Amino acid sequence: MESNLLSILIWLPILAGVMILGTGGDERAPLARKLALGFSIVILILSLPLWSGFDSTTAQMQFVERAPWIQSFNVWYSLGIDGISMPLILLTTALTVIVVIAGWEVIQERVAQYMADFLIIEGIMIGVFSALDAVLFYVFWEAMLIPMFLIIGIWGGSNRIYATIKFFLYTLLGSLLMLVAFLYLYNKSGGSFSILDFHDLKIGLNPQILIFLAFFTAFAVKVPMFPVHTWLPDAHVEAPTGGSVILAAIMLKMGGYGFLRFNMPITPDASHELAWFMITLSLIAIVYIALVALVQGDMKKLIAYSSISHMGFVTLGMFVFNSQGVEGAMMQMISHGFISGALFLCVGVLYDRLHSREIKTYSGVATPMPVFAAFMVLFAMANSGLPGTSGFVGEFLVIMGSFQVNAWFAIIAGLTLIFGAAYTLWMVKRVVYGAVVSDDVAALKDVNQREILFLSLLAAMVLVVGIWPNPILEVMHATIDNLLQHTQISKLP
Amino acid sequence: MKVEALKAAAAAPEMIVAFMACLILVAALYMKKETGHKFTYGVSVVTLVFVAIQIMMNFSETGTTALNNMFVDDPMADLLKIAICLISAGVFVYSRQYNQDRGIFKGEYYILGMFGVTGMMVMASANHLLTLYLGLELMSLCLYAMIAFYRDDKLAVEAAMKYFVLGALASSILLYGMSLLYGLTGSLELSVIRDSLAGTEQGNVAVALAVVFIVVAVAFKLGAVPFHMWVPDVYQGAPTSTTAFVGAAPKIAAFAITLRLLAGGLEDLHGMWQQMLIIIALLSIAGGNIIAIAQSNLKRMLAYSTISHMGYFLCGILAGTEEGYSASLFYVLVYAVMSLAAFGIVLFLATKENESDQLDDLKGLSKRSPWIAFLLMVLMFSMAGIPPTAGFFAKFSVIQALVNADLIWVAAIGVILAVVGAYYYLRIIKLAYFDAPESDEAIKTNVGMSAVLTVNVLLIVAILPWIGSLLALCNQVISQFTL
Repeated sequence: MESNLLSILIWLPILAGVMILGTGGDERAPLARKLALGFSIVILILSLPLWSGFDSTTAQMQFVERAPWIQSFNVWYSLGIDGISMPLILLTTALTVIVVIAGWEVIQERVAQYMADFLIIEGIMIGVFSALDAVLFYVFWEAMLIPMFLIIGIWGGSNRIYATIKFFLYTLLGSLLMLVAFLYLYNKSGGSFSILDFHDLKIGLNPQILIFLAFFTAFAVKVPMFPVHTWLPDAHVEAPTGGSVILAAIMLKMGGYGFLRFNMPITPDASHELAWFMITLSLIAIVYIALVALVQGDMKKLIAYSSISHMGFVTLGMFVFNSQGVEGAMMQMISHGFISGALFLCVGVLYDRLHSREIKTYSGVATPMPVFAAFMVLFAMANSGLPGTSGFVGEFLVIMGSFQVNAWFAIIAGLTLIFGAAYTLWMVKRVVYGAVVSDDVAALKDVNQREILFLSLLAAMVLVVGIWPNPILEVMHATIDNLLQHTQISKLP
Repeated sequence: MKVEALKAAAAAPEMIVAFMACLILVAALYMKKETGHKFTYGVSVVTLVFVAIQIMMNFSETGTTALNNMFVDDPMADLLKIAICLISAGVFVYSRQYNQDRGIFKGEYYILGMFGVTGMMVMASANHLLTLYLGLELMSLCLYAMIAFYRDDKLAVEAAMKYFVLGALASSILLYGMSLLYGLTGSLELSVIRDSLAGTEQGNVAVALAVVFIVVAVAFKLGAVPFHMWVPDVYQGAPTSTTAFVGAAPKIAAFAITLRLLAGGLEDLHGMWQQMLIIIALLSIAGGNIIAIAQSNLKRMLAYSTISHMGYFLCGILAGTEEGYSASLFYVLVYAVMSLAAFGIVLFLATKENESDQLDDLKGLSKRSPWIAFLLMVLMFSMAGIPPTAGFFAKFSVIQALVNADLIWVAAIGVILAVVGAYYYLRIIKLAYFDAPESDEAIKTNVGMSAVLTVNVLLIVAILPWIGSLLALCNQVISQFTL
């Protein structure tokens, strides 16, 4: 099928971002906001045909585009999506709209730059999910750091500079090792950077393990997995609300996407060999990080740690190598996108009013803000995996998948249902319920229409996906089966 | 011998530049002081651009030697000369206001620059050790004078003295290496040297000695560790306009002599110089990147950044393959454009009273001048080698050449040190974007100069779709490389 849709989805947001930058200073901020909203909605609508035109019976790449780019290195501008990348692209386009709405009044300084940054990052992220050439993938992967670096550094909290430089250097080091692995594979494949060609390469076990580890450093930092997760709480706490949403909801998914696209099919033997290692790290993240989350006094930090713990489920699901596990991992990524995004927005709502993220500042918020309290409780329930919400589907599938491999994995992972409920609901109890702690809290205004708009959109997604996850599962099914078959075939020469 | 046999037309570009320099020198004598200065400036820029276009129109398909084989006109020389002329013209445009503010907007400055350019062009086309040395000295002498041009400034004079003494030392080392080669092979012509050195044993002490001297001299001219001592002092001490001149085009000329000497004349001794270059390259990357972190002066920081860039550039050469040479060529071209833009920004920010060359002067730049801050940011990401900038592709092609030459460990160290380098480039962006400005003083607007700067910086990003063609051009030019 010939189509330029993916190119449009990548470059339109970037061009729109540049155009918004051109609106200049804050005196024309309303124009910048309207342009950003308009473009993000147009892009969301344009991305819908990816879903409707998607053929879910095949694992082939769809919406393929291919043009020569750097011929001396055989690098192609080659795009395409399958059942793994398509839902993630839609997640990106949907959340960008929400982020733009969320930053509408909150951001008063350098509005054009803020809005432009988010649109540019949207284009780059779609590029990451649809690139089929390793160099093109790498270019998008790294380019993403630039706008995120600025978002945290300019609009972040007081310790933003430390956080943003830590974030940048951490991710850069991980990605550079991935680049060396790409170059090795390029050599090995006789001069091709095509990711799909890499999938068919025969590689010995030792090189496979080295390549696996190189990819691991890049993706584990992004996911982030224990013990390279320490940048995330810093970055989250300092990032503005919109930045946190994009970071948690989409950028973390790139790590998971990388494992599915690179580690498992390119180095299947090393993946099996090191599965114990990945599973151990995942279980540590699930349990230990959940306990860390329990003691946080800062709401954003708590949600950041909860993200790491939930992402542990994603990596666990992948490395048990069965379809429930991997599909559960994908579901968990999508649902986590909505839930963590929503929770960060909830904290943002409170922070905009009292400029504090400390749990102890708030108590009895439900009295002045009943509507807000309802939303927050819903998202908290979803975060702890209540059946009927999207959080349940992924966790359930992953636990089911891991049961088939080893009952202990499932039991340890299942502990999170307790811990997750503990830290989220305890936070909600302290923030939303109880006696009104101060006059400031008593004077809080409930959510306005704009805030209701984005919170209810997210609430709808959480419930729809929770009650009726089938459409998403169907889309992924063929691709994931194909991927699992790939991992069963040894790549040893 | 007939005059036609000299085929002097091959050297037409050099002749035009040298002739125009002489013409300007005489013509300016008959004009009023002020008009004379403007005249020299204008005609110099126009000549350089004209020569660049002229070379472009007559771009060589294959290499031809001329002037009794002392001179070669091949596609690589043409490409390098185009870059040298355009980049030097860019430096002249950037430095006009700065020089005027400091009373060094004088005819002699541009005439020295033009002769310097002639020297660089001769270096690009040298096919004979004498031609090479002649070009090198012509360039260096002009540079010494240009550094000391701001006579009242102690630092500038000190920098010039330091550069002169060390430069003379390096030249004599080079001459010594050349004389050894002459003794060994009986010729100064690079192709003859290559042929007579073919099949030399690795353990030949005399040959090894010659190679060591030549590598040391080349490393000095490039400013690679441990022969880098002059670089920070010259960069910091010289008037910024001269620093810009020293930092950009001479590196392209240095690439030419490195390639012609090592990959040309000493081709078969690859095993010998490769080991030396690995050490020099890795030391440069490490030293440059690490010491740069400690700098508080922008020009000095850029000096150390140059040192690390020269390390990456040497990585391509030391791979010893055509792919590696072409990666180095690409790297040096991208580097020259970035260096020009970097000093262009420093020159843009300098005022009559303030050199604006301290890192702290950049604080809050994005509030004082959003556009220049944006250009600075793009530039810094490119220098750090972050995609989607040309700087990334330059590093990428060099690293790729190393991996293909089975030097994966060198590649891995280079890559990891790039992360160290990213830190101080990020710090510049941090100062410009995240910090509050120290003064509210508005940045003077200079429409013409910001337009040139914009083109210069955006070239680094806008080249992206065509980066393949540029790399292909580099490949093609290197494959046509003749002695």
